[in-house]
Amino acid sequence: MLRYLAKRLSYYAVLLVAAVFLAYAISAVALQPRTYFEAKVPRPSAESVEHQLTALNLNDRTPVVVRFGHWAGGLVHGDLGRTIHDTPVTDDFGRRIWVSLRLLLIGSLLGMVLGVAVGAWSAVRQYRMSDRLLTLLSFVLLSTPVFLVALFLKNGAIAAKDAAGHEVVPFTGYETPGLAGGLGAHLSDWALHLLLPTMSLALYGLATYSRYQRGIMLDVLGSDYLRTAEAKGLTRGRALLKHGLRTAVIPMSTMFAYSFLGIFTGAVFTETIFGWHGMGEWLIQAINEQDVNSVVAVNLFTAVVVLASGFLADTLHAALDPRVRS
Amino acid sequence: MTTTVGTTVDTPLLAVRDLRVDFAGPQGPVPAVRGVDLTLRRGETLGIVGESGSGKSVTALSVLGLLPGTARVRGSVQLDGRELVGLPGRELASIRGRRVAMVFQDPLSAFTPVYRIGDQIAEAIRVHQKTDKAAARRRAAELLDLVGIPAPDRALDSFPHEFSGGMRQRAMIAMAIANDPDILLADEPTTALDVTIQAQVLDVLRTAQRETGAALVLVSHDLGVIAGTADRVAVMYAGRVVETAGVDDLFAAPRHPYTLGLIGAVPRLDGLGGPLVPIPGSPAPLADLPPGCPFAARCPLAEPRCSAAEPELLGEDGHLAACVRSAELAEQRPAPADVYPVPEVPAPAVTGERDTRPQVLAVSGLGKTFPLLKGTVFKRRVGEVYAVDGVDLDLREGETLGLVGESGSGKSTTLFELLDLAAPETGRIELLGQDTSRLTRAEAHRLRSQLQIVFQDPMASLDPRMPVGDIIAEPLRARRAARDEIARRVPELLRQVGLDPEHAGRYPHQFSGGQRQRISIARALAVRPRLLVLDEPVSALDVSIQAGILNLLQSLKAALGLSYLFVSHDLSVIRHLADRVSVMYLGRTVEQGDVAGVFDRPRHPYTRALLSAVPLPDPAAERARDRILLAGDPPSPTQRHAGCPFRTRCPVYARLAEPGARTRCEEERPALAGDGHQAACHFPEAA
Amino acid sequence: MTTVVVEPAEPAAPAPAPRGNGRARLVLTRLLAARGAVVGALLVLLLFALAFGGPYLTRWDYAAPDFTALHQPPSAQHWFGTNGIGQDVFAQSVRGLQKSLVIGLLVALFSTVLASLVGACAGYFGGWADRCLMFVVDLLLVFPSFLIITIVSPRLKSTGWIAFVLLLALFNWMITARVVRSMTLSLREREFVRAARFMGVRPLRIILRHVLPNVASFLIIDATIAVGGAVMSETALSYFGFGVKPPDVSLGTLLAAGTSEAPVFPWLFYFPAALLVLFVLAVNLIGDGLRDALDPTAAGAPRRRARRKKP
Repeated sequence: MLRYLAKRLSYYAVLLVAAVFLAYAISAVALQPRTYFEAKVPRPSAESVEHQLTALNLNDRTPVVVRFGHWAGGLVHGDLGRTIHDTPVTDDFGRRIWVSLRLLLIGSLLGMVLGVAVGAWSAVRQYRMSDRLLTLLSFVLLSTPVFLVALFLKNGAIAAKDAAGHEVVPFTGYETPGLAGGLGAHLSDWALHLLLPTMSLALYGLATYSRYQRGIMLDVLGSDYLRTAEAKGLTRGRALLKHGLRTAVIPMSTMFAYSFLGIFTGAVFTETIFGWHGMGEWLIQAINEQDVNSVVAVNLFTAVVVLASGFLADTLHAALDPRVRS
Repeated sequence: MTTTVGTTVDTPLLAVRDLRVDFAGPQGPVPAVRGVDLTLRRGETLGIVGESGSGKSVTALSVLGLLPGTARVRGSVQLDGRELVGLPGRELASIRGRRVAMVFQDPLSAFTPVYRIGDQIAEAIRVHQKTDKAAARRRAAELLDLVGIPAPDRALDSFPHEFSGGMRQRAMIAMAIANDPDILLADEPTTALDVTIQAQVLDVLRTAQRETGAALVLVSHDLGVIAGTADRVAVMYAGRVVETAGVDDLFAAPRHPYTLGLIGAVPRLDGLGGPLVPIPGSPAPLADLPPGCPFAARCPLAEPRCSAAEPELLGEDGHLAACVRSAELAEQRPAPADVYPVPEVPAPAVTGERDTRPQVLAVSGLGKTFPLLKGTVFKRRVGEVYAVDGVDLDLREGETLGLVGESGSGKSTTLFELLDLAAPETGRIELLGQDTSRLTRAEAHRLRSQLQIVFQDPMASLDPRMPVGDIIAEPLRARRAARDEIARRVPELLRQVGLDPEHAGRYPHQFSGGQRQRISIARALAVRPRLLVLDEPVSALDVSIQAGILNLLQSLKAALGLSYLFVSHDLSVIRHLADRVSVMYLGRTVEQGDVAGVFDRPRHPYTRALLSAVPLPDPAAERARDRILLAGDPPSPTQRHAGCPFRTRCPVYARLAEPGARTRCEEERPALAGDGHQAACHFPEAA
Repeated sequence: MTTVVVEPAEPAAPAPAPRGNGRARLVLTRLLAARGAVVGALLVLLLFALAFGGPYLTRWDYAAPDFTALHQPPSAQHWFGTNGIGQDVFAQSVRGLQKSLVIGLLVALFSTVLASLVGACAGYFGGWADRCLMFVVDLLLVFPSFLIITIVSPRLKSTGWIAFVLLLALFNWMITARVVRSMTLSLREREFVRAARFMGVRPLRIILRHVLPNVASFLIIDATIAVGGAVMSETALSYFGFGVKPPDVSLGTLLAAGTSEAPVFPWLFYFPAALLVLFVLAVNLIGDGLRDALDPTAAGAPRRRARRKKP
């Protein structure tokens, strides 16, 4: 099993290097930091633009490969280059990563756990009222882009505020600035701020996972081994829990790896909409400012997170399924 | 209490009365079982035999209420006088596995893949008995030992996928007898297994029955298995029992034309029993049954009154039949061929002595290895699978060569090596006098049309998205045949295999299994090949249909002067159809020769074991036979043993007394020896 | 010199399926049985009619302002109300819907064609072709496609929405290709494909005649759902200014314009939002119904498990 995981890990390493280079090349070619400097008022001199671009390793007259080499050399020392405002990218990176991870981890875990539970339950109650309602609900959720869900939630919070005369649920930022009080007050403040953004992400996860889990569970319900479990005297409930659900969660590990892409995309929107200064918001901002190094940093972040979740999924898969291990 | 009633002698252990099962369908309920009565006494073995769709498995499953929710069960199932139909789930669960236990057909899918075998057996024990984990585990090991699994303590920690099919079925039986049940229900327990493994498993079932004193209900499509195991037999057709009797009575003097037809349709290993008589038509569609006897449409003895009302199951001395003419049959005792029309086989187009006929296929020393790979992305070669390791074949014009072997013996690999028309890894293939290693691309393409194949599963080998006419035309198109030639050939071919040319526009799924196999044959014949490779062409078909295909193949061969390479695991079929036979074990040819010679006087101990494992559809002959049971499973083909590869299971080797003799088996690889009838064994006469 | 052997064993007329083109009819019956799919199909038809017929129903142009009506709520004049500069929201919505539908359809078409070709070739040929293609797939899967599109799209400002369609399609085929590949892998071992190979049929012909038709039902379902997905991606990207750009109008740009005013002038936001959700929902319902109807493993009848009888 360790061998298998080591294999996957080395493959992911190759993928990571290729992917980061690809991201760098695309960003460096597509974005035009030169126009950013040239558009400054007062307009700087040509030499000054040239100088600044070279200093930031953004000069489009240097070949992309050379720029990448320079950037990668810095990366080895933990240096992600400088932003277009000439500040270290690592500063922003270090600050924003925790903001994003908080949202991503809680949102995706919540979505997955709820989705598996709802999907399995829905399958067992196939074609009954509860299953039909859940199916309809998940279809509506699946048909609503995450940014729209987030906007609905935000508009709801604004309406609630207008109706109540004060803020019922916070809908901007991840903490109340300058909040006094102890740790408890801070924690509950964080939790409240997390509520709506997490919900938008978790709802997306819930809808995707539950549909998928329902389908797998339906297959398992018709399986021979479930019949065997009942034939040896297990009640249906126990057979379903012990033999059915246990087997039906295996494919979810693969699903987890794929769905992370969607969750991250969703996070970019929710961050922007709820005013979280996370990775997603940074990306949008950086693209608008032609800030190549910041864009690449976000790409690096997603690549690492996506591959880490892929690796996690492989590990989970191997742990859950003895057939993979041998 | 109701349980006290059960102990009286008169109450049967299990009584099924007027059992009816319907499945919900898009056009309303479809019946699967239509009024079945069965009685099972303590300790006896009841065989339920029938073709696919006869309702035999549904009957077995409905005893324990294990049918899916779309099924509606009516009637009565009484265990010791206690009604089981409609019993609440919790009470049913306390009976399942404790009083009535079940052995399922496919042991791979019947075990939960993520739990260890030992845990699954221990779970069965702990559901019904108050024991701790360690005790349950000990008991599980005992059970595995009882069913003959080597090193049971280690086997407990294996996962289902690590077991071979035979081992899994043994473990399944161990799990079923864990709570000393009164009844064992075995639903096609050996269908997925090889014949030597089948013999082992049937033996284990008998052992299990002896140890627990349980009554056994054995559901099977195989008359031979039933004949050798059951005390009483119930024959099912279209959801009803059409005949039931003691096993000897039933086989000796069947009183229902369907039973008679079934017996006549099975090819026999001993070469007795006369020509095969196919039952015409295909099984009655349960969704849309005609009034009267459901068998009337296929019955050669049908009379007008048969379509008036469905006959009741009647008779005396425990021999009951649902036929208005059962009394006549009981009296006259006709042979199957007296009742059913026997097709005439035309005189063979190719005649003459074997040696004078041209050689169609000559294979010598064929070998093929596959790399054994590990790792998912960067694959590493960690060893080799010796899939084919020394195959010799010799096939003359107008001849049928039977290639026999169990799964993993390398039959299929041999076939694909032949069909590739390329240079083999080792050895030499000569097709119609041409060495395949020297063919140019164009020559190979031309040679393709001389060599065609018919696959096992006609559903899988016909593209479901193509009309039958296009399917048959495909090999012609691949050879760029002219449009008008194709237009002429397709109806001709359909007629040739006994299908209506009008149906060329239909899709494969609109035909029955037997008809689909006819389509496959028509496609193979399209380019007028000289050699037809038949890869298990009848093993996916019901016996009554199988006989028709075998007869068709015989007629075609005689009329067109074809040669067949007929691959099968079923020795009876080979005996019936082939002129010569070649037996494979672990990638090697171990014996070959004339069918009569090899079957009547086998020289290799493996052939002898193989032959003795095939059940005969004749209870008296079955009982009189000596059985050679092989130990264990074939060894892994990843290791190449020095010496004879069969010695790990060989009864002759085990009995060899002189030390020098054993060393010979261990060190020297036996070569094929003999003239005409060859065997690869150092001690071929030591039976 | 063909000898015709007449085989009497089985009567020639196949009894089991007397109907004409059985499969098509079966699919249709199943499709009609799935109420969701019927509702979805009706909705899609209705929305298409609205998107392409809508502009002729109203006398207002989507771009022309009506200065007499600024920020007006829905009325007989302006059915969906007007925005801050007096543009008719109904005219804008149907125009945006039209654009979103066209983009969704084109993206689904392109990406499905690409995915099926790549997947079938990788699966059928195996070896190096397979490894290279799958590496590309894995590589593209490391980034959310959204990321790449946002980076590249500012560069494509001048080329308009067609470039945007290609971009969306280019980053939307990978998962489908993987599924097609694994289906091809198993199809390649299926006997009818082997049979074709042994009959001497050439590889590309096998892919076109045997492999692709047999993954067609999956592709149809997947393409249907991809339409919904593409519309969602389009609106999301346009919302953030990375997709369709003014003066072009799509549902995404309308939502972007309406968001800030949503609490006060809800019609600016909720009409386009409702159209969007309705359309994607309808498409998903059709996809789900198609899955049940086309999937040969799905039973025609509900696969209901036993209802427990209460003791």
